[in-house]
Amino acid sequence: MKPPPFHYHAPRTEAEALALLAELAPAEGRILAGGQSLVPAMALRVARPLHLIDINGLPGLDRLDVGDGHLRIGPLVRHAMIRRESVPGPLGALLDKVRGHIAHLPIRTRGTVCGSLANADPASEWCLVVATLGGEMTARSLRGERAIAAEDFFQGFMATALEPDELLAGLRLPLLADGTRWGFHEFSRRAGDYAQAASLVVMEVRDGVVLAARIGIGAVEDRPRRLPEAEALLIGRAPTAELLRQAAATARATLLPTDDDPTRPALAEAMIRRALADAAGIALP
Amino acid sequence: MSTRRIALTVNGTRHEAEAPVRQHLGDFLRGTLGLTGTHLGCEHGVCGACTVLLDGRAIRACLVLAVQAEDRAVTTVEGLAPSPEALHPLQAAFCANHGLQCGFCTPGMLTTLEEFLRDCPDPTEEEVRVAISGNLCRCTGYDSIVAATMEAARAMREAAA
Ligand SMILES: Cc1cc2nc3c(=O)[nH]c(=O)nc-3n(C[C@H](O)[C@H](O)[C@H](O)COP(=O)(O)OP(=O)(O)OC[C@H]3O[C@@H](n4cnc5c(N)ncnc54)[C@H](O)[C@@H]3O)c2cc1C
Ligand code: FES
Ligand code: FES
Repeated sequence: MKPPPFHYHAPRTEAEALALLAELAPAEGRILAGGQSLVPAMALRVARPLHLIDINGLPGLDRLDVGDGHLRIGPLVRHAMIRRESVPGPLGALLDKVRGHIAHLPIRTRGTVCGSLANADPASEWCLVVATLGGEMTARSLRGERAIAAEDFFQGFMATALEPDELLAGLRLPLLADGTRWGFHEFSRRAGDYAQAASLVVMEVRDGVVLAARIGIGAVEDRPRRLPEAEALLIGRAPTAELLRQAAATARATLLPTDDDPTRPALAEAMIRRALADAAGIALP
Repeated sequence: MSTRRIALTVNGTRHEAEAPVRQHLGDFLRGTLGLTGTHLGCEHGVCGACTVLLDGRAIRACLVLAVQAEDRAVTTVEGLAPSPEALHPLQAAFCANHGLQCGFCTPGMLTTLEEFLRDCPDPTEEEVRVAISGNLCRCTGYDSIVAATMEAARAMREAAA
């Protein structure tokens, strides 16, 4: 249970980190952020990078900025730094709730939001948030900088659009307007475990009818995504218990689970139904 | 492959030593510094036995490389008590409430709870259970650990008042 040998690099500037990444990515070089996925993977010998480029010593990467209707999360923002107080409006409450479902306190003090995205575990809560809300990632390398939309970023099981020489330099999430309603539910066997199914729902309701809705599912398919057929069902209608049940059933019918665990579709439907009910503010037995 | 010379503060004392870059902080504390109070169970982040404080925040010593603790302050279970004669209120409450049997999980429980009670000095039992949900104990069944924590929290609030 010890990591295999590797070379360790601790750059002091981002330019130095990008140069190292460009040089060493072809030689099995990888970024080390919080180390809460990579180090265990190395201990279990499922990852064997030859070079680790530790970004923890880089100044200014732990910034959480709000402006322009967006929240910007730097690459060294730890899970534990995402708190209701630091993000205005409904997005703050939403992220606060989601944070509590990620691992345990001593892992949240170290693991990073951007590390979760780069790792792209299909059950990652932050990946579900980004896929549902339409986050935008910034990738940076010696070749330049580019923005990657959520639909293009997640490419499959633990696969992203990041090139090996690219640093995930930040994430932008749109703030949610006051009055935006949301619900998040996940099922996991033990507190802090990766979810068996997770759903995030965001909804705008005006004059008793749904104006806009986003329904996201995680941990079921090879990547988190929105469920457009179920979303469409809600638009222009009153979010009654009956409609929400229908939407969750429709969602279930459109899922393509990656495994044949017979409980998965039912868990997914239950999480979607609960997230919908919380967003609509109604009790759904 | 390579090793590095690192300097760090552990329980208030400055140390300088060689560390192989692949060595995690838990092995460094135990093997190089002889501080065997920090226990290693799973070495992949799930059992919580190795939890120590890094600059005051609880972290997994098996998931941080020793070289990453360069110039930082580490507190292990050996550094919790205020003096060689006195116990930390959590340690005293664990003794009084049978909060441990074999003691394997105890260092991680104590360090995790130390940080938790600083953030949340007046917790509910439910909050304590969530706080230690990442610390596996195979002996006590948790009830006495929760009871000890509630008592320690009370004692610490009274001492602060
Ligand atoms: C016991 C346990 C339980 C956990 N439970 C959960 C859970 O319930 N939900 C959950 O979401 N996560 C969970 N995690 C994982 C945790 O959230 C990690 O922190 C996260 O997945 C990865 O972030 P990191 O900063 O630790 O990244 P690292 O481990 O440092 O890196 C992970 C991968 O991403 C790459 N990477 C990291 N940052 C960048 C960057 N800026 N640019 C380019 N590449 C980068 C690395 O090269 C590596 O391939 C758990 C971990 C443990 C040990
Ligand atoms: S030894 Fe570190 S969490 Fe188990
Ligand atoms: S006291 Fe034995 S594992 Fe907790």
